[in-house]
Amino acid sequence: MKKIVLTRHNTDFQKEVEKISGEKITSCDQCGVCSGSCPLSDEMEITPSTMMKMSQLGLFEVMETNAMWICASCYSCMARCPRGLDLSKVAEAMRQISLRKAVDSMDLNGIDKKEAARLPSIALVGAFRKLTG
Amino acid sequence: MGNSRKIGVYVCHCGGNISEVVDVKAVSEFAGGQDEVVLNKDYSHLCSDLGQKMIAEDIRKNNLDGVVVSACSYLFHGETFKKVAEAGGMNPYMLEMANIREHCAWAHSDTPDIATEKAKDIVNMGIGKVRRNAPLEPVKISIDRNVLIIGGGIAGIQAALDLGEAGFNVSLVEQKATIGGRMAQLSRTFPTNDCAACILGAKMSDISRNGNITLYTYSEIEDISGYIGNFSVKIRRKATFVDDSCLSCGICTEACPVSLPDEYQWGVTERKAIYQPLDYAVPNKYLIDESVCLNIRSRKKTGNTDVCRKCEAVCPRDSIHFDRRDRIEEIKADTIIVATGYDVFDAKKKPEYGYGRFRNVMIAPEVERLIVHTGEGRPTRDLGKRVAFIQCVGSRDEQLGREYCSRVCCMYATKLAQLIRHIASVSGKEKDIYVFYTDMRTFGKGYEEYYKDTMKMGVKYVRGRPAEITENPETRKVTIRVEDTLTRSIMETEFDTVVLSVGLEASAAGARITEMLKLPKSSDGFLQEAHPKFRPVDTQTEGVFIAGTAQGPKDIPDTVAQASATAARAMRLMVKGYMETEPVKAFVHPDLCDGCGDCVAHCPGSALSMADAGEGAGNPAGRQIVEVNESICKGCGLCIGTCHSEALDLHLFTNEQLLAEVEGALANRKPGEKRVILFADTMCTYKLADTVGTGKKAYADIIRIIRVPSSSRVSPELIIRAFALGADGVFLGDCEAKSTSYPGSIEYSQETVKKVKSILKGEGINPERLMFFQFATVMIPKFVMLMNRIAGTASGSEDIPEELRNSLPDKARKTLFPGGKK
Repeated sequence: MKKIVLTRHNTDFQKEVEKISGEKITSCDQCGVCSGSCPLSDEMEITPSTMMKMSQLGLFEVMETNAMWICASCYSCMARCPRGLDLSKVAEAMRQISLRKAVDSMDLNGIDKKEAARLPSIALVGAFRKLTG
Repeated sequence: MGNSRKIGVYVCHCGGNISEVVDVKAVSEFAGGQDEVVLNKDYSHLCSDLGQKMIAEDIRKNNLDGVVVSACSYLFHGETFKKVAEAGGMNPYMLEMANIREHCAWAHSDTPDIATEKAKDIVNMGIGKVRRNAPLEPVKISIDRNVLIIGGGIAGIQAALDLGEAGFNVSLVEQKATIGGRMAQLSRTFPTNDCAACILGAKMSDISRNGNITLYTYSEIEDISGYIGNFSVKIRRKATFVDDSCLSCGICTEACPVSLPDEYQWGVTERKAIYQPLDYAVPNKYLIDESVCLNIRSRKKTGNTDVCRKCEAVCPRDSIHFDRRDRIEEIKADTIIVATGYDVFDAKKKPEYGYGRFRNVMIAPEVERLIVHTGEGRPTRDLGKRVAFIQCVGSRDEQLGREYCSRVCCMYATKLAQLIRHIASVSGKEKDIYVFYTDMRTFGKGYEEYYKDTMKMGVKYVRGRPAEITENPETRKVTIRVEDTLTRSIMETEFDTVVLSVGLEASAAGARITEMLKLPKSSDGFLQEAHPKFRPVDTQTEGVFIAGTAQGPKDIPDTVAQASATAARAMRLMVKGYMETEPVKAFVHPDLCDGCGDCVAHCPGSALSMADAGEGAGNPAGRQIVEVNESICKGCGLCIGTCHSEALDLHLFTNEQLLAEVEGALANRKPGEKRVILFADTMCTYKLADTVGTGKKAYADIIRIIRVPSSSRVSPELIIRAFALGADGVFLGDCEAKSTSYPGSIEYSQETVKKVKSILKGEGINPERLMFFQFATVMIPKFVMLMNRIAGTASGSEDIPEELRNSLPDKARKTLFPGGKK
């Protein structure tokens, strides 16, 4: 099992998520009502409350899980959170952090030229950022 | 009146609770057939207004001098019916309750015929006892208006102000040189962030201004003796070597060459040998610490009086005198409030956290002082950017024998986190603060909101109790190893400072006071209140109250509330001017006492003493007999068994009364039937038997319960006599040692049972026919199991032959008192 070593970089990451989402994620007290409410938590590798705990501590590993991509922003969690937190915004913030890294998930050079010419351009653009696996 | 009594017996239906099981008419008729019973009635609700009036009227009309109310438990309505007796013009101690509800109808609800027979026995026992009741007066103790308050922290201060302002004479004794206590050492207070000095300072100066409060600072209680209305207190006023003329100018401290860590500042700063503990100290005076002052030490060692004297030379008022000595003062008090506070857990007992070894591991009280100094513009040390708090250090830790929660640490850590963050942000710095906790308990008014606000500020709470701290020897930074139990992963993280949120423990100074007052402690080491819910500031000792953290960890609002409660409880006694108590007191048959004095040393409360018998018929001059101090006697009855001439007895529970109950229980046995007598102490066993009945739990129906104040009332001779009368088994029940209100009674009863068992064995009687057990009031299955066991033993045993029974008391007496009668 991987050991957690917290440094100021973790705090920087936590603050970035807070800045983009506008949510005070440190005020989450881990009651778990979000995970219980989420219709998609079965599909997630970590529950929404774990996503909150990990982002609270600024653990970068949260970015490697699929939770934020599975979140459909249905707002069930937000509607029930006793601390009034909007997890959909937190998930969106992390998606933004991921997207802003501008990592392409597809290599254009790997596509046959003829085929590329036939593909709709929207599909090509979408494929660059298709990070859900 | 003659010897014949006029007894009235009432059998209650209890609205069906009793009458649905027990044939109340048959019981009432049975009672009517007993000697001296002149009136018998059954009634639907005796406790109703109509029922009460009926009894009172009957007493008056028929001139009754004995009443047996066969209804519920004595503990349930005993007091009610005593008042009824009084209303009818009869002495209230001429009334007995026969418990045919909890101990009969409810316990044996499935076997109505058996229950009816048992009810007859219980009523018969009541009749037997009441025949031997004597009119008694409640014991009256006069109480004046002087109150001693031990401890000058916020609890003692609040109680003193409440009482002083109400016009009572208060003596406030504090061992330190200033009042204020632990609160004076705090920076700010949750959940409002008021500065502790600002809110406490005003109260402290109120104390010095109040004419009704006599302040004894730098003073220790040497001895307390006496009882409510009559306590004598010896106070040692330690020499301060500085007179009242001191202006607190402070020139002396500049001259003093001796420096040492300042204990009021938790060693964060230093002080001199001549010093003032706080700048807002009350009394506002300097004093000399004789353990370090060069002059005083040299005087004691070599007799040289000329060493140093620098402070004396500079003092503008000649206030310093090195030759002062401690003085002992004696005062009287009618009531006492114990507010001795707490000590802080010694974090060195948790070596894995490295306190004392690692420079950057601190305890929370030190950080309190750092914050004060920083706030006042004289910062003494920087905590660095990354700060961690570890919760529950010395709390909730059975390894350390501390099972309890200290209740304030969650909130004070949260407060310190806020303050550290706030002070840093004022100077544009940032802090990264983590709190490692097991559970966050923020239960008070405004506390949860405060906790949430702190989280919002960015303080991070990690659920997990750190396992260890290591130090980097070069940077001196410290690393915490802990499991984050919410993500279930191991965390190893470096911090500039780790703050240990140390718990509260019972104070060592308070332990001395507790010893003097003989107050019981609960298992956590704090003082035990008389009842956890209904008498939370009383103790088992009348007139002694407990306030604040002496009773258990608590925050300032709770402490202040409790302190005011003690003031109210003390006033309740002092305003009335006297107190009445049930006359369950030992008494002496002067003609039987031979003055041997054996009993005196046995009394756990020192209520017995030898006194002159007085000139009178047949009394040679100077004849000494034992005397009972009724104000001290708690009525445990232990002394009775220590008297070889049967000169001691206990009001309301005399030998005659208890034996009459035994006879009553045995009188109506059918051939072959067995009976076991349960002598049940009132507080635990009798209460438990009630609870068992209330829970409709059946147990052996041959048990007959006789209420006694404490099992120690049951002397070895009484047990033997019960067997001699024909009891097939005897059971003694009492409380667990920690919950008994009679010190020494358990040990005594264990000894009693041992002695009697050996006598029984010597006579060829199965010693298992006698049992003793210490019950807690929740042990329902245990009670049922043990009752069934002794009933089984008794039923399986042959009857003790009459000849042996008749000779038992004499034989036992020879074993118990080999010296015989003097």
